[in-house]
Parts: sequence; structure tokens; C-alpha cells
Amino acid sequence: MAQVRIIKGKDMTVPVWNPAIEFIEREALERLQLAHLRKTIAWALKTPFYQRRLAEAGLTCPEDIASLRDVRNLPYTTKDDLREAYPDGLLAVDREQVVRLHTSSGTTGTPTVIYHTQHDLDRWTELVARCIAATGATRRDVFQNMTNYGLFTGGLGLHYGAERVGMLVIPASSGNTGRQIQLMRNFQTSVVHATPSYLLHLHSALAGEGVEPGQLGLRKAFIGAEPHSEETRRKIESLFGIDAYNSYGLSEMNGPGVAFECVYKTGLHLWEDAYILEIIHTETLQPVAEGETGEIVMTTLQRQATPLLRYRTRDLSHWVSGHCPCGRGHRRLARIKGRSDDMLIINGVNVFPSQIEDRLMKTPEVGVNYLIQLEKRGSLDRLVVKTEIDARLFTGDPDALDDLRERISELLRSAILVKPVVELHEPGSLPVSEGKAQRVVDLRPAF
Amino acid sequence: MTEQVSVFIDNKPGRLNAVTAILLDQAIDIRAMTIANHRGYGVAKLLVSDPRLAHQALTEQGFAAALQPVLAVVIADRPGGLHDLLEGLAERQINVLNAYGFVITPGQSAVWCLEVADLAETARLVEARGWRVLKESELYRLSSPLAP
Repeated sequence: MAQVRIIKGKDMTVPVWNPAIEFIEREALERLQLAHLRKTIAWALKTPFYQRRLAEAGLTCPEDIASLRDVRNLPYTTKDDLREAYPDGLLAVDREQVVRLHTSSGTTGTPTVIYHTQHDLDRWTELVARCIAATGATRRDVFQNMTNYGLFTGGLGLHYGAERVGMLVIPASSGNTGRQIQLMRNFQTSVVHATPSYLLHLHSALAGEGVEPGQLGLRKAFIGAEPHSEETRRKIESLFGIDAYNSYGLSEMNGPGVAFECVYKTGLHLWEDAYILEIIHTETLQPVAEGETGEIVMTTLQRQATPLLRYRTRDLSHWVSGHCPCGRGHRRLARIKGRSDDMLIINGVNVFPSQIEDRLMKTPEVGVNYLIQLEKRGSLDRLVVKTEIDARLFTGDPDALDDLRERISELLRSAILVKPVVELHEPGSLPVSEGKAQRVVDLRPAF
Repeated sequence: MTEQVSVFIDNKPGRLNAVTAILLDQAIDIRAMTIANHRGYGVAKLLVSDPRLAHQALTEQGFAAALQPVLAVVIADRPGGLHDLLEGLAERQINVLNAYGFVITPGQSAVWCLEVADLAETARLVEARGWRVLKESELYRLSSPLAP
């Protein structure tokens, strides 16, 4: 097993997982990217979806890619494309070679799927191991993974990366704060992975149990899955007396392990041997000027089972200029600023308003108007779904209304994986609007 | 069987008086009412002089309203008046779901309105024990003192 190595420079020490690739010279990195891109085109051409798309773009073989700049001639891939290709229109290998899949719910019930071969999982785990090592965490750490396991990529992604590093992994999964605290105390957890809002919540819970964060052995937190500000990071760091590192990933690009902060916290190093990242203007779709904010577009470079070309992530960010003191050649992304679509991030879970609408419209007892309201309750997000009852189906029985509210809440929970507070309102009392945007009221303080 | 009007109301200022305004407009008299809060909304139950008209007017104005049968029993307006009735119900294991009451003539008579699972059976039982169950016509046109 590889180990975290400490590279000693003039007046610094940098922990690193894979020095050869992490400190690669720019020119060598770009040569590697081009070679990987050609391989990726070859893999993509095995899928019915990309055969068609690439032919339309005038590309028939990997050799049509002459330079890295040619990535701009490739077609974009959108979430809608993934939905249309579901379940296997984007599968580039024999099904027997696939060892795992992760799905995420689509906006109207059609999910998307990413397949992985053993090679893909190994590459993914390597990327996560690099991220973990870059923060200075080592095999001597006890790692409590407080994100959801299962189809959500945050749990398993960090889990295998941490095992690769050799940490003692506690697969606690999300929620159940009392048990989280007990595990932290019993095993002297030194590193956790959670959403920033969950860590703030955990801090209040610790206070409630009379536990001083300083009594715990906690040293580091990996925070991700929801956009957050520098202030939030500092707040977490000062409340717990730890270092918190920003993590960026998305299920379409494996999950966590796409970009991560190193000990210098000057932006998130994007693993450029695994991804080509472009930042484009959301309307013109042209590259933005250096340092300007735009939509992140990513191409996988090492994934066999589900190669994706120029995937439009809808996440907004910009490149950080200059070099990082750590010396890594992989460029840095600024923290995510928001989304270019209407996707909501609720306690780290991605939710599209249309998913909520879809389920509400399938419930005959409620009318057509609804309002989605996001609030902060303590440090956690709260989703309130306001619906109108249908006057014709009102019986006068309040118990029936309570049942209805519970039924809608459960229906939505199973669809979006967030349990909402459902409010029933008088017919005609909610604003009538055509656009989705007006149906969403976000009362959470801006991050 | 007498009927009460149930109305769904958002629990916020100005909604209850929107209901009473509609009733006023139709010159409907409210005999009694109750309102229960259920996490953000209320269900008001009204015993009125003309429940069908009230239901129609409220529905036309966009309210979710429903007519529900209710048992209106005349009891004595004195200490123990309600207790006597409840003893009879308890003996027969009859569960009261919702109830409210109002005085007709102080010191003489009052009316207790109750919702139970089996209304007809309960009415039969109550009457067999000598209580008076108000008919629709009686309840809506209460004017003279009633003997329990």
C-alpha cells in the first residue's frame, strides 16, 4: 500500500499521495491529457449515444483530436442527455465488466446512471486518496464518514479513498447525531466528512450534551456537497478548533474526489489527469475570460464504463490564478458560487423543484398551486412544501387532513430523499405563477 | 339529522372574518362554533341557522367547506347536566370524537353537539334514555325556551 509522503521543501512540508502525478510539469500533464482524451473518445465511440453525437460533430476516430484545444469541438453532454440515455445508452463496456453503478434521481422521475468498471473504481479511489492526503490526513487518523452511503456517491467515495490511505474508517453514514457523538468519543475520531450545515448542527448537539469540542480528538473536517462561504468554513474551524477542507464532486464525475483543497486552502486542486475542465459563459457557451465566473464543463479522462464529454455541470465557479505554495501543478477552482439552473441543494441533497411538482400533481387531494420554501432551522436546512387542498375533496375531518399531509411528506421523501414539512392551505391562497422560479422561496441566508 | 358546516381556514389573521363576512352577507345566524388549530391551518365547525345556504355560499367564495351530520342533544343547564349524558354514553362505550355546546336559556337548557362514529345508533340510544335529540327544524329555528 502506498503511503502519504511528506515532501520537504525550503521552508515547508507538503503531504502528498502520488508525487509523480501531483507535481507533474504542465507540459507533461497536457501530453497525458491529450493521450487520455483520445482514449476517452475511443471509449465514447462504443456507446450508441456518442456514436451519433460525435458523428454529428464530424468526429469518427480518436485521431481526429489533434490537440487539447480540440476538446472545444466536442459536443456538450447535459443531464437531459443522461436521462434520455438511461439506462444503458452511455454504457461503453460489456455489462460483465461493470462492477458498480450509482444512480441519481432525475428532475421528473427519470434517473441518471453512472457505471464503473473495477478500473474506474480504482481510479476514483486514487483521486480521493490524493485529496485526503493533500490535507495532511494519514493512516494514523480515525475517519468518521458522516455522509450517506448507498446510491449517493459521497459515502462510498470517501470511504474507499480513506481505506486506501489506510485510515481507520468508521462508516457512520448520515444523521443520528447522538450516535455520531458517541462514536467520536469512543474512538477518538480525528477526521470527519460531512456537509457544512451538518457540522454546525453537530456543534449545537455537542453543546447540548455538555461536550466541549476540544475534548474530542478532532483535527480535520472534509466539507462538501453543498455550496458554502469562506465565513462558514472559518466558523466551523473556530467552533471545533480544527481545519476544514472544501471538497468538490458530482455524481456524474464519480462523486467526491474531483477537486479538493490542500493544506494551504487557496482553492480546490482539480485533478487534471482525470478531468478536462472548462469554464463557459452560460448563454454564449464560449469560454469565459481568465478568472471570470462561468459554468463548469467537464470531460472524464480515465473512465471506461461511462465516459462523459463536456458534461455541463451547471455549477458556477472560476479558476484561481497563480501557483499554490504546495507546488502541485493541478490548477485550482474557486469555491462553488451557485448553480446556473434551478437545482436546490438541501442539506447536501440535490433536489429539482420539478421533482416536487411531479409528485404533488399526482396527489388528487391537492390543487395545482404550490410553494417551495427553504428555511434555516438552527444550522440545518428545512424544506417547507405549501400546497392547497382541493375544495371538492374536503370532508371536514381534520384527521384526514393530517393523514394527507403525512402521505404527501412521505411521497416526497421517497422521491427526493429529503423529508419536507408539508403545509396545507386554502384553495386559491397560494400565488398562481407560470414559472418555476416564483414557486421557490429561499429564505436561507445567502452564503 | 342536524348538520354542521366545516370550513378549512388558513391559520392567519383575516381568514376567520372572511368566513363570518360571507355568513353575514347571507344573513345567516351562528348558533355555535368551534375552531381547532392543526399546525398552520384550522378547521372551523359552525352550527348555523341555514347550513345548506352557508355551505353553498362558502363554497362559491372558494372555501373548502363540508356538511357533516352532528348530534344535538338538549341537556339541563345546571351542574351535572352534561355529566348525566356522558355517563350514559360511557356505559355504552360510545366514544365522543368532537363536541361543543351552547346555552339556550340560562339555568334551564343547553345544547350539546357531538360527533360520534355511529350517529344514528347513538341518537337511538340517547333518546331511549329520555334525552331529546334536536331535529334540524328545531335547531335552526330556536326561539323559545326548550325543556331538556
